[in-house]
Amino acid sequence: MIHIENLYKSFGKNKVLEGIDLSISEKGIFAILGPNGSGKTTLIKSILGMVIPDSGTISLNGNSIKNKWNYRNEIDYLPQIANFPSNLTVRELIKMIKDLRNLPGEDEQLIELFKLSPFLNKKLSNLSGGTKQKVNLVLTLMFDSPLIILDEPTTGLDPIALLHLKNLIIQEKAKGKTILITSHIMSFVEEMADQIVFLLEGKVYFKGDIKTLLTQTNEPNFERAIANLLTEQNV
Amino acid sequence: MFKILKYSFFDLIRSRWSYVYLFFYLTLGFVLLFLNNDLSKAVITLMNVIIILVPLIGTIFGVMYYYDSKEFTELLLAQPVKRASIFLGQYLGVAISLSLSLLIGLGLPFVLYGLFQSSAIWDFVLLLVTGTFLTLIFTGLAFNIALYNENKIKGFSYAILLWLFMAVIYDGLFLMSLILLEEYPLDTFSIGATLFNPIDLSRILILLKLDISALLGYTGAVFQKFFGTGLGFLMALSALALWVALPLLNIYRKSRKKDF
Repeated sequence: MIHIENLYKSFGKNKVLEGIDLSISEKGIFAILGPNGSGKTTLIKSILGMVIPDSGTISLNGNSIKNKWNYRNEIDYLPQIANFPSNLTVRELIKMIKDLRNLPGEDEQLIELFKLSPFLNKKLSNLSGGTKQKVNLVLTLMFDSPLIILDEPTTGLDPIALLHLKNLIIQEKAKGKTILITSHIMSFVEEMADQIVFLLEGKVYFKGDIKTLLTQTNEPNFERAIANLLTEQNV
Repeated sequence: MFKILKYSFFDLIRSRWSYVYLFFYLTLGFVLLFLNNDLSKAVITLMNVIIILVPLIGTIFGVMYYYDSKEFTELLLAQPVKRASIFLGQYLGVAISLSLSLLIGLGLPFVLYGLFQSSAIWDFVLLLVTGTFLTLIFTGLAFNIALYNENKIKGFSYAILLWLFMAVIYDGLFLMSLILLEEYPLDTFSIGATLFNPIDLSRILILLKLDISALLGYTGAVFQKFFGTGLGFLMALSALALWVALPLLNIYRKSRKKDF
């Protein structure tokens, strides 16, 4: 589905991606992990076309995404920091995104699930961080695209909302979608992910399932295995 | 693009600043007419205000809107929307709402005062046309500055500097070069130099239309000869149009390459 070849990107002197090769062809949940600044968000933004790579190719279903925008119809993206236009109300924002996508969107179920109805007529600037993240989730998950990209989806969520989120992700997976997630919460990743993609210093350092990771690192549990990957490199 | 334009436009229409701007022009129009008691005189006074103020407002609003809608832009970039449409839509949203404030704010008092019975109607129309051109030009330049500068303070400073250069410093340099080079024939030079500054260009256009170019002495006569003809007028308008088009093209070019 996603095929990335030899992807390079630097911001000034800061080399962020240094030859990423990644191929994701199966359905399921893929966790993109790595220390801070390892290029997770840059990689995701490159897939979305928000960051223009210096060199390398990204293709989606066999088509290069360079200078294209239509392919984003196939992607639901949850940005890391929910920055919204502050003078819109939640209802207007949802309506606007639906209008831009030209799709109906199943927002009502999600609004009910996350108990957002009391906030619908409030301005986005007046919402708390967690509530903003819930709105963010509604905006992302109300469409039915085959590829879902979630950048730190758990940020600011309370335990109940987190539970709902996990259920939603499992539901989407059952529909046969590909889901990319970045997270720093290891228990969340361990519970949800089918495959791990570990980025280190701008390269894919490990790709495989958790079992392989455990045997490869000789560690008893996932959190330690990740720590092992990090200390091995002395980062 | 039109969807983005629609949202930017409504966003601006709801903002307090559009109304402040509109109200300012309404007051200005009424006060000028009240003080001058004469349409054509009011038009001349108005020209001086428009030539300086419209570029300033266009630049500041353009830069402010760009930085202010950063979040909105980032949200849109992840949606299936063409990049260029996002920025051109936002640009048009700002430029159109500013132009509307200008047209309504000045148009209303003058129409109420009996513009349609007056002979000054074409002067006034030209004034509004150049005002609209200046809005389009300087909003476009402001968007360019903002696209190149991530840092808000830097962007604002460059925008103000640009306005200062075009509105004040350019004239000074122009004048100095005329004095320094007075032994040479300067007709072509001065006409050329005028085309490079949209503010000067607009001023000359209006002065010529008002038939007070004699005030400019010899240069005025040269300008009259050049701009006064149909061809000169057309050239001045095309120069203004070019001033609108070039920044727009660069917005299009730059927005395709920028990272967010």
